[in-house]
Amino acid sequence: MKQTPLNRIHRQMGARMVDFAGWDMPVQYEGTVKEHLAVRQAAGLFDVSHMGEIEIKGPDALPLVQKVTSNDAASLQIGQAQYSALMNPNGAFVDDTLVYRRGPEHFFLCVNASNREKDCEWISENAEGNVRVENNSDLYVQLAVQGPKAIAILQPFTAVRLDKIHYYWFAEGDFLEAPAILSRTGYTGEDGFEIYFAPEHAERIWNAIIQAGKGHGLVPAGLAARNTLRLEARMALYGNDIDDSTTVLEADLGWIIKWSKGDFIGRPVLEEQKAQGIRRKLVGFEMADPGIARDHYPVHLDDGRTTQVCSGSYVPFLQKSIGLVYLPREYSAVGSEFLVEIRGRKLRARVVPTPFYKRTKQ
Amino acid sequence: MKTPENLLYTKDHEWILIEGDIGTVGITDHAQHELGDVVFLELPKAGDSFELGQPFGSVESVKAVSEIFCPVSGELTEVNKTLSEQPETVNSDPYGDGWMIRLKIRDSRERDQLLTADEYSAWVYQEKS
Repeated sequence: MKQTPLNRIHRQMGARMVDFAGWDMPVQYEGTVKEHLAVRQAAGLFDVSHMGEIEIKGPDALPLVQKVTSNDAASLQIGQAQYSALMNPNGAFVDDTLVYRRGPEHFFLCVNASNREKDCEWISENAEGNVRVENNSDLYVQLAVQGPKAIAILQPFTAVRLDKIHYYWFAEGDFLEAPAILSRTGYTGEDGFEIYFAPEHAERIWNAIIQAGKGHGLVPAGLAARNTLRLEARMALYGNDIDDSTTVLEADLGWIIKWSKGDFIGRPVLEEQKAQGIRRKLVGFEMADPGIARDHYPVHLDDGRTTQVCSGSYVPFLQKSIGLVYLPREYSAVGSEFLVEIRGRKLRARVVPTPFYKRTKQ
Repeated sequence: MKTPENLLYTKDHEWILIEGDIGTVGITDHAQHELGDVVFLELPKAGDSFELGQPFGSVESVKAVSEIFCPVSGELTEVNKTLSEQPETVNSDPYGDGWMIRLKIRDSRERDQLLTADEYSAWVYQEKS
C-alpha cells in the first residue's frame, strides 16, 4: 500500500488507518464527531497528500485545459483557481478537479487519488501542439487546514498576507521556509487553506501546525470527518456521487459548465441534455423516519422504480442522517418523498434544499 | 480495554450481567472503541422475545453499523430509552448507563456458552492478531 510522508506521524498520533484507494490513510484520530466539530468551530488539520497533482505547461497549455475541462480556464487570472470537471465524450466525469493558474502557460490540477494516473493519460492523449503534461503527484504533499481559526494559526508561518487571499485564489510563497502554494480552498464547507509543498518538509510543517494550533482548538482530522464535512456542504465525491456515467448536468453542477467558452470534450452531449432536459438529477435528502441511510442503500420510488443512495451518513454538526441520490426529475423537487431500505425496512426520506450546511460569511 | 469480572461475554462483543433470572445486556468497551462515536441505535420493545444469538438491534457510529446479538434467550422486560436521546452514552459508559436491554432469561443453562472476562480478553487478543 502507498504511504504519504506522514504515515509514521499518523501512527504515532494514534490514528486508525484504512486502505483508501490503495493508500494507507488515517480515517480518524480521537473520533470523527470531535474532528468534524473542531473544523466547524475552530480548525482541523488533514493530510491529503494522496491527492494527485498534474501540471500542464507550454504555449498550448490553455487550449488543452479548455478542451478537457468544462469550466472556463481562460477566465482564470494568475493566482486564481476554479472547480471544474475533467470531461469524457459522454458529458460525464473522468474526474472532478481544481484548476489553478500558476502562470500564463502553466496550469496545476489537483485530482482525486484514485484517478491520478488515468487523468494524466487522458489529458496526454488529448494534448496537441507545444504542451507538456506532467504527473507531479510525488513532488507535492498537501495539507488542508480548515476551519474559522485557520488564518490565525497559519499566519505566523509565512510573510504572505493570508487574509488578502480571496476564496478560490492562491499565493505562492515561503511557508516555514518551504516554497509553497497557499490556496484558500477546501472540501469541508468551511474557510481554510490547502497548502502544497515538497515532501521533505512534511513532518516539520505538520508538527509546527499541530503545535501552533493547540491553543486555537485545532485537531488532526481523518478521512471520516473529511467525508461528513464535505457531505454537509454538498460537495460531490468522485466514485460515489459523480463518475464516468453521470453527466455534469445530472450532478446539478451546471455552474461549472461555461457555454460561452467554445468547444470542449462532451459538450455536444451536454447541449442536447440541456435542450431536452435531464431525466435524473442528484439531490440532497434527509431521513424523515429514524435511521441512517448509508452509501449504496436501496431506494424505492412509489411508482416501483428503484435506485440507490450515492453518499449517505449521519453528519455530526447538523446531527441528522442525510445523503445524496439521483432521482428521476419528477421526484427531484424539494419536499418529494421516497423510501430508503435499511436492513430490510423501508423508511421515509425527503428531498431537501442543499447545501445542507452553509457557513455564515464573516 | 475494560472487561469487568462480574460480567459474561459473547464472541460478538456483547456483555450480560446476570442477577437471578434477569439479564442486562450491552456492548463491550472494546466494541464501542472499535465502532467509534455512537450516533444512533435501533432497539426492540419491551415484550419482544429473542433467541440466543439472534440479532435484537443495531448500533451505528458515523462510519459503521453493527448488529447486536442476544447473549441468551428470553423476553425483554425493559429497553434503555435514554439511548435514543443520548447514544454517546454507549461510548462513555458501556458497562453502566450504556446498557441496552433487560430480559427475563428463559433457560439458565445457556449461560454456560458465554465467556468469562478472561476468556473474552483472550478472544479479543486473538481476533486482533
